[in-house]
Amino acid sequence: MSIDTDTARRVAKLARIKVEDDALPALAGEFNAILGFIEQLNEVDVEGIEPMTSVTPMRLKRREDVVTDGGYQEKVLANAPDAREGFFAVPKVVE
Amino acid sequence: MSELTKLTIAEARDKLRSGDVTSTELTQACLDEIEKADALGAFVHKTPEIALKQAAAADARIQGGAENPMCGIPLGIKDLFCTQGVPSQAASNILDGFKPEYESTVTTQLWQAGSVMLGKLNMDEFAMGSSNETSTYGNAVNPWKVDDRALTPGGSSGGSASAVAADLCLAATGTDTGGSIRQPAAFTGITGLKPTYGRVSRWGIIAFASSLDQAGPMTKSVRDAAIMLGAMAGHDPKDSTSADLPVPDFEAAITGDIRGKKIGIPKEYRIDGTPAEIEKLWAEGAEMLRDAGAEIVDISLPHTKYALPTYYVIAPAEASSNLARYDGVRFGRRAKLAQGDGITEMYEKTRAEGFGAEVQRRVMIGTYVLSAGFYDAYYNRARKVRALIKRDFDQAFEAGVDAILTPATPSAAFGLGEMTDADPVQMYLNDVFTVTVNLAGLPGISVPTGLDAKGLPLGLQLIGRPWEEGDLLNIAGSLETAAGFVAKPGRWW
Repeated sequence: MSIDTDTARRVAKLARIKVEDDALPALAGEFNAILGFIEQLNEVDVEGIEPMTSVTPMRLKRREDVVTDGGYQEKVLANAPDAREGFFAVPKVVE
Repeated sequence: MSELTKLTIAEARDKLRSGDVTSTELTQACLDEIEKADALGAFVHKTPEIALKQAAAADARIQGGAENPMCGIPLGIKDLFCTQGVPSQAASNILDGFKPEYESTVTTQLWQAGSVMLGKLNMDEFAMGSSNETSTYGNAVNPWKVDDRALTPGGSSGGSASAVAADLCLAATGTDTGGSIRQPAAFTGITGLKPTYGRVSRWGIIAFASSLDQAGPMTKSVRDAAIMLGAMAGHDPKDSTSADLPVPDFEAAITGDIRGKKIGIPKEYRIDGTPAEIEKLWAEGAEMLRDAGAEIVDISLPHTKYALPTYYVIAPAEASSNLARYDGVRFGRRAKLAQGDGITEMYEKTRAEGFGAEVQRRVMIGTYVLSAGFYDAYYNRARKVRALIKRDFDQAFEAGVDAILTPATPSAAFGLGEMTDADPVQMYLNDVFTVTVNLAGLPGISVPTGLDAKGLPLGLQLIGRPWEEGDLLNIAGSLETAAGFVAKPGRWW
C-alpha cells in the first residue's frame, strides 16, 4: 500500500507535528520506503500465533491501591514552560 | 596522570583499596582528560563539582573499609538517564533546559555504591539512530581514526562509547533498544552488555520503546561489565517490568572455564554482502571458543530476516506513545506562538520545532501503524512475528545451546555524514545482528576481537539465555582472553 500526501498530512496531524505542505511529498516518500521494508512481514505464516504481550513471562506485581507518592507540587511544576498559581498554563481553549 | 584514566574498573578498585590511588586523583585525571577532549563531542554536560564531591565522599568510605567494587569509580552517564538537577535531555531540543527533580534508579544505585558522575554523554536524539548524528548537541566522534575522515562512534550510545574508548572515564552507562550499546561498543573497540529485559530498572530513563529498552554497562573489559552490571541490576518497585530475582555475583561467574559449553552458530546470520573480514572474524571467534573447550554447533533461527521489519513496527509504535508526553506543557521547551494560536497549534509547533527529523519520522510511522484500519495489518502482525522470533531462540536454548555467537555489526565504523543521503532503511541495517536480542528480551554482549584491514576495531556478539548473564560473561571472558584485543586509538584530539 502506498502513502500519498493526503495520508501523510493526516498522519502528521494525528501525531501533532506541524509539517508544511511543501514537505509532505518527501515525507510520503520516506514513509513508503519504510513501509515497503515492513511489508516483508506479510510473507510470514502467523496462523494461530498469539501476539506477544510480554517479552518475559511474568505476572506483574500487585499492591494495595493506595496513594504512595505525591505532595510536591512545586517540583512537578518546576520544569513547566509556563506555570502559574500552582497550575500548568496553556493557551486559552475555547470550544 | 593520564595513565590513571586508562585503568579498568577492576584495576582501579584494587588500587583504591590498597591506597595506591584515591578516587579524587582518579576523578581529577578524568576531568583533565575530558577538558582536552571536546573534539570528540562525548561529554555534553560536565559535572566537575558533583564529581569531586562524590570522589571525596568515596575516599572517606574507602578509608573506612569499603566494600563496594564500584566505590570511587568515575563514570560517564548517557544523557537518557534522569539525573537530579543536571540537564537530562535525551539529546533532544524538545527537552532543552529540562533538569529533573529526581534521579533514575540505575544512577541512584551507582551513587549509593560510591561511584562518581563526571557528566552526561552524547547520544542520538531519544536513542533513535545508529551513528550519533541525530543529536541536538552535534555529533559524537569516534576516537579511532585511520585517514582524514571523522568516523562515527555508532549509536545511539555514541558518546558513551567514545568516552570509554578514549579513556575519558573508566566506564559509562548505555541503553540498548535495538543495538545501541553493542553496535557503538563494536565500533570503538570496547565491551558493551545489554542485560536480559527486566534485569535493570528502566525507572527514570527517558523512554523510547518500553518493551525493548534496557540499560547496561559500557566498559574496557568483560570483568568490568560484570562488576558494573552488579551495581546497576536489581528489582525496583517503581518499574513493574523489573524482575524480582536475586542479583548474582556476576564477577564470580567469570571462571575462565567454558569446557563443555555449547555455542550455537546461526546460519541465518550469514547475510549477503557481509564483508569477508567480518565472516573471517566470526569464524576465528568460533575457533577460539572451540580451543577453549566449547562445543560449536550449527543452529537455525529461521525468523531472523524478519527481525528488522518487526522492530521498525514495534519500536516506532511504542515511541509514538512514549513521546506523546512532549507537548510543551509539563517540561522542556514550548514553541513561540502566533497571535490567536490555540492549544493544537501549540502542540504541533512545539513538536515540529523540538523533535529532529528522525524522531519525527519514527513518531509518525508509529502513529500510522497504530491507526485505525492498520493496527492489525502492521502492529498485531509484528507482535506475532516477534513471538516467532523469540520462539526460535527458545528452541535453540531448549536444544542445549548455552550461548550464540554472531558478528556484532555488518561493518566497521563508517564516516560521519556518509549515510546522510541514504534511505533511512540503510541506516537501520546497522542493527541487523543485534535487534533480534531486544525483540526476544535476551542478554547480549559485544566483545572487541580484532581489527579490519584499515585498522578499525571489530566486535563479536554473544547472546545468552535469559537471566544467565553470569554464564554469558564467563563465555565472553574466554573469548576476550583468546582474542587478546589490546589496540587503542591513537590520540589526535
